[in-house]
Amino acid sequence: MATAASPLGTVPPVLPATDVVIQTVDLWKIYQMGTEQVAALRGVSIEIKRNEYVAIMGPSGSGKSTLMNLIGCLDSPTKGQYWLNHQQVSELDDDALAHIRNHEIGFVFQTFNLLARATALHNVELPLIYAGVESAQRSARALEALKKVDLVDRKDHRPNELSGGQRQRVAIARALINNPSILLADEPTGNLDSTTSNEIMGLMDRLWSQGNTVVLVTHEPDIAEYAHRVIFIRDGQVARDEPTARGRKARV
Amino acid sequence: MATSLGENLTLAYDTVRSHKLRSALTILGVFVGTVTLMAIGSILTGMNKTVVDQLESFGTNTVFVYKFAPGIHIGRLTREERLRKPLSDADIAAVRSECGACTAISAQVMAAGNFGPPGANSANARSKSHEVDGLTFSGTEPNFPEATNQAVAEGRYFTEAENDHRENVIVVGHSVSDALFPTQDPIGQTFTISGTTFRLIGVFALRKSAGASTQDLSARIPYHTFEKLFPASQEHSIEALARPGMLTIAQDQIRVALRRSRRDKWNAPDSFGMATAESIIGQFHDITGQVALVIVAIASIGMLIGGVGVMNIMLVSVTERTREIGIRKAIGARRADITQQFLAEAVFLTGIGGILGIIGGWLISELIKFAIPSLPSSVPLWAVGMGFGISVAIGVFFGLFPAMKAAKLDPVDALRYE
Ligand SMILES: Nc1ncnc2c1ncn2[C@@H]1O[C@H](COP(=O)(O)OP(=O)(O)OP(=O)(O)O)[C@@H](O)[C@H]1O
Ligand SMILES: [Mg+2]
Repeated sequence: MATAASPLGTVPPVLPATDVVIQTVDLWKIYQMGTEQVAALRGVSIEIKRNEYVAIMGPSGSGKSTLMNLIGCLDSPTKGQYWLNHQQVSELDDDALAHIRNHEIGFVFQTFNLLARATALHNVELPLIYAGVESAQRSARALEALKKVDLVDRKDHRPNELSGGQRQRVAIARALINNPSILLADEPTGNLDSTTSNEIMGLMDRLWSQGNTVVLVTHEPDIAEYAHRVIFIRDGQVARDEPTARGRKARV
Repeated sequence: MATSLGENLTLAYDTVRSHKLRSALTILGVFVGTVTLMAIGSILTGMNKTVVDQLESFGTNTVFVYKFAPGIHIGRLTREERLRKPLSDADIAAVRSECGACTAISAQVMAAGNFGPPGANSANARSKSHEVDGLTFSGTEPNFPEATNQAVAEGRYFTEAENDHRENVIVVGHSVSDALFPTQDPIGQTFTISGTTFRLIGVFALRKSAGASTQDLSARIPYHTFEKLFPASQEHSIEALARPGMLTIAQDQIRVALRRSRRDKWNAPDSFGMATAESIIGQFHDITGQVALVIVAIASIGMLIGGVGVMNIMLVSVTERTREIGIRKAIGARRADITQQFLAEAVFLTGIGGILGIIGGWLISELIKFAIPSLPSSVPLWAVGMGFGISVAIGVFFGLFPAMKAAKLDPVDALRYE
């Protein structure tokens, strides 16, 4: 399965190391805007290992969200390969991608993206519905997940009855419900004040320490410091890829 | 399928509840369509029941022979039909001699133009103080009650002697005696029809059929008396009771006898009409069936228009909930899940429209039954099934396109939608 003759050109055989969970090879994303083409990503090749804690930084419009969406299987690349858990994702169809989003990835958004009309508990349950888990078990597991983010007492509240930090915690509980190995967060603290941000980052930290692979996009250097490695993106390309102070410390 | 029907119906219920007015307006077309179907269906059923009851009360083993085929005629008479001779005494005699499978044969005669479907008569009877209209007035033979499955409850029917002597005796239906002699014993009383005085000697038993039966409004006098009083009468008929299980044979024998006596050419159709209760009921069923078909078609057009409304609202709903769809897809909903969700919503809407329509139609049917007692309307099962079935089908058909549109949304685009 490794030597794939891509329609976009011959690609060298890719034999990912066993502990690499995310590998992109010359990833391109080109948006067609009328007659104009906007290249949001121009050949991104990165590798992220199991249980790494990675921050992606870069100026606005550099392509961070685009990259995250590709990693999270929300979008497909125009060109290049993406291997997730040794599976060539760029070849999968819609429903297969949906399955991956459901089972292998937890996605946290800057704008929370909770269902406005559903309670916190129901929002957390949602991925289990699409995983085909039966109702009684669903509620039990959702309650468990809410416990992890310390929001059991708010389980019957709707998003508009929750604070920003609480909403993001609900979103994190939802991302965790199916025990995904990878947690992706696109500016999870972008809409939160610094105290709440630190609270959320503490939670992310805990998830990382429990064995999850965590990738987050941020603008704020002090948030990036939670991670062990920072990938800088500029104009759709990897500009720098280096360990953070914390990462250097961990390596020693 | 990952999501269950119950899940989707709960979602649909939530959506409908949060958009009450919009939902109500959307299902109006389906509702009206279903009500129409129910109402017309129940009226047809009521009419059917009335007709069947009346016809069956004549006895299912009786063959009726007329100059024209009984039932409802469409279009003009053919030349042959216009030139037909009335059933003659010779015809009656032929039937009498050749129908071995018949036990009782009675000839009947009515005034010209006075024979026809129930209620087409307008003979008028008056006693000293009372009057009654709309009588079925005819001359019959003594075995008429036997031939047409009628019983004389009070008094008696007339005899051969009374027929032969052309006596002015009369036997009437229950409604007639009640109207003319509400307080006295009617037997032996006299009253007049068209200026002739008759002596009442018997009253037919009350018919059980729903509504006012034409038989309860009948007035029968001896055949020869009628001929004497109304020599211009041309409307003859023959009622023949077949032996049990020999209805078909009796019909064949009568046909052979009449074709011969009326000199029908071997390749010409019968120059007379023959019917049994069953054949008339069958004919009536055919007609009501066709009417029902037209109604279903009309109601369906109404429903189709309603369906376009459903599609429109579903498209609006999909657009409004683009972000929701994006969220659901982002956390793992597949195309089929989204399709099912929106399809369930559309079907839920039209299904409610259908159920409300069934209830509305039922209420109308009850109202009709209450307002018009002679029309025992009742909602037929086929109308319920069809009303609900079409409603659901409309939801599926018109919900499919919006649902598939929703399912095809790109998650990233949908999440970015403002
Ligand atoms: N759907 C789209 N159609 C056209 N162009 C797009 C689309 N999505 C993104 N882009 C373009 O791609 C580039 C990268 O966008 P992206 O959202 O990845 O930036 P970003 O790094 O996440 O920025 P920010 O920090 O502001 O969130 C931008 O120039 C943007 O205009
Ligand atoms: Mg972004």
